[in-house]
Amino acid sequence: MYPAPRKTRLAVWKFASCDGCQLSLLDCEDALLELAEVLEFAYFPEALSRPVRGRYALSLVEGSISTPKDAERIRAVRRRSDHLVTLGACATAGGIQALRNFAAAGEFVAAVYAHPQYIATLEHSSAISAHVPVDFELRGCPVNKLQLLEVISAFLRGRRPAIPAYSLCIECKSRAHTCVLVATRQACLGPVTQAGCGAICPGCHRGCYGCFGPQETPNTTALSDALAALGVSRAALQRLYRTFNADAPAFRRESERHGE
Amino acid sequence: MASRTLRIDGLTRVEGEGSVKLQVRDGEVRSAQLRIFEPPRFFEALLRGRDYTEAPDITARICGICPVAYQMSAVHALEDALAIEVPQAIRDLRRLLYCGEWIKSHALHITLLHAPDFLGYDSGIAMAREHGAAVRRGLALKQAGNAIIAALGGREVHPVTVRVGGFHRVPHPRELAPLAERLRWAREAALETVRWTGAFEFPDCERPYTFLALRHPQNYPFNAGRIVSNQGLDIPAQVFEERIREHPVRHSNALQAELLGTGAYLTGPLARYSLNFERLAPIAREAALAAGLGSRCTNPFRSIVVRAVEVLHACEEALSLIGRYEVPAQAACECEPRAATGMAATEAPRGLLYHRYDLAADGTIRLARIVPPTAQNQAAMEEDLRRFSGEWLSGPTEMLRRRCEQLVRNHDPCISCATHFLRLEIDA
Repeated sequence: MYPAPRKTRLAVWKFASCDGCQLSLLDCEDALLELAEVLEFAYFPEALSRPVRGRYALSLVEGSISTPKDAERIRAVRRRSDHLVTLGACATAGGIQALRNFAAAGEFVAAVYAHPQYIATLEHSSAISAHVPVDFELRGCPVNKLQLLEVISAFLRGRRPAIPAYSLCIECKSRAHTCVLVATRQACLGPVTQAGCGAICPGCHRGCYGCFGPQETPNTTALSDALAALGVSRAALQRLYRTFNADAPAFRRESERHGE
Repeated sequence: MASRTLRIDGLTRVEGEGSVKLQVRDGEVRSAQLRIFEPPRFFEALLRGRDYTEAPDITARICGICPVAYQMSAVHALEDALAIEVPQAIRDLRRLLYCGEWIKSHALHITLLHAPDFLGYDSGIAMAREHGAAVRRGLALKQAGNAIIAALGGREVHPVTVRVGGFHRVPHPRELAPLAERLRWAREAALETVRWTGAFEFPDCERPYTFLALRHPQNYPFNAGRIVSNQGLDIPAQVFEERIREHPVRHSNALQAELLGTGAYLTGPLARYSLNFERLAPIAREAALAAGLGSRCTNPFRSIVVRAVEVLHACEEALSLIGRYEVPAQAACECEPRAATGMAATEAPRGLLYHRYDLAADGTIRLARIVPPTAQNQAAMEEDLRRFSGEWLSGPTEMLRRRCEQLVRNHDPCISCATHFLRLEIDA
């Protein structure tokens, strides 16, 4: 008899975030216990006590880096991980909390703290890739749990995840939704946003708000021109690009072209 | 004399990052601190200058476990500011969405976070090896809650259909029919969960809490009602800030709240249940009594049973809402921005969630104030640690450590929520 092969060790790490992306892992209800057959959940403080120390084959990282301590911690996580995958907009682009990156230095801190000396915080909220090498970035605010399962399966089998980088429009058309931009003249970021959510916003008669971040090579200038022609103000255009992926380079650059 | 300090770093099976510090002298617990070091994300600061229509989607990102609660408190506060009365059909749909979140959030806490404490496991996944049926039932219940949220909101986490004035899209009755099928199963599963948790062993820990929750003339509270306590408080959300003060504490990245003239108070399932027992659906009331709960519950360890009772109530309520659902005449009311202030409180799974917005004439948010349940419960959780941990001081440290973690976990703290509201309180 051979001993059972050691299970692949998985770790789930949290930085500044809402917990929604790691919750998506627990939301894989049907697959969760099956995953536990092939994976060892070695470190996942939200779901289990008593972490297993040592090296991890795959680290899933949620959240952005916004404190000096977290900037050190992510380097330690990288050293102990064979593969590191970021989950969601915070880990991939700094998240909604990266809006502080656009404020004047110290403005947010001054607005919020009574006793800033109690807390160490960085002026910026940044993506994991700004601190350590990342093997794959899974988009979304939150991530799509089916894409998350695909990423985990891909790493278990040593292949690249099959996650499309094309725009939301492809997904929207394949679902035969009426184009909200053309038919109802609503602002929609679909033409420049990466697919993956299932085009749920156009499916609910509203414009995409870009929670999966910019697609590969987005033509944001053309979209902004089209939106301006619909009467979207410069201030509204800037806000449109500055939400959950505000610090993703393509959205940041485009947002800087607009505003009051 | 014998003095020692017990630290539990990195609390597990809670949402977010926190720790506990107990100081013991001469065999007595002198102080207990719940330390929250989750990095703050400054939501109140980043909401300034945004359009009011953006608040529901932005505040949802405060918490991936209870995004619907944030969306609900946001839309009700903004509708208060804009003097919008949404029709009953829209209120009903919101209530249905909230049922989904309660079922999802409570089933997660009961099954994966809390039950392992009572059965002696480190996780729900480890527990599944010997209690597979119970874990699968809990996960399927959670899935039923998620199915409601996905049907109404487009996806489970950060749903996309909620807006000020109503919804971006309302469902066709045939979309809700499969939910009813599933909820009839869920109602049975919830009933089973009440029996299952009711049979756990509970330490004999009772204390006279000050409870705070919404109360509505007819309904078990979700979106509507006055804020009441068991000490005679009875106020509308509009005067919340006059009666509840928040102050910073050195050991925590979250503010602590106190009820003026009373001090620490508890919000959440124990408070809701104890202040609204008679508003529960009959099936939930009967199940609660059969499981050994009274019409009030002051043992925090039994909160797991109360959560199960609330899941049962939410299943029953959701079934009734689906049964009488008719497509609303309009998905959303017209909204006209104006310079005004609006407030609202709703019942998140973890307790009362208060929002206030000051708007400029064009609808720009000038000021946002958010008071999440976990920040309100911090002082009560520390009081639990002080009152109850003494019992386990003479035992093995490992036992004490587990019990202290459990004392915190009893209240299902959402540390991610609690932290993001450090606010400016100028010390004069």
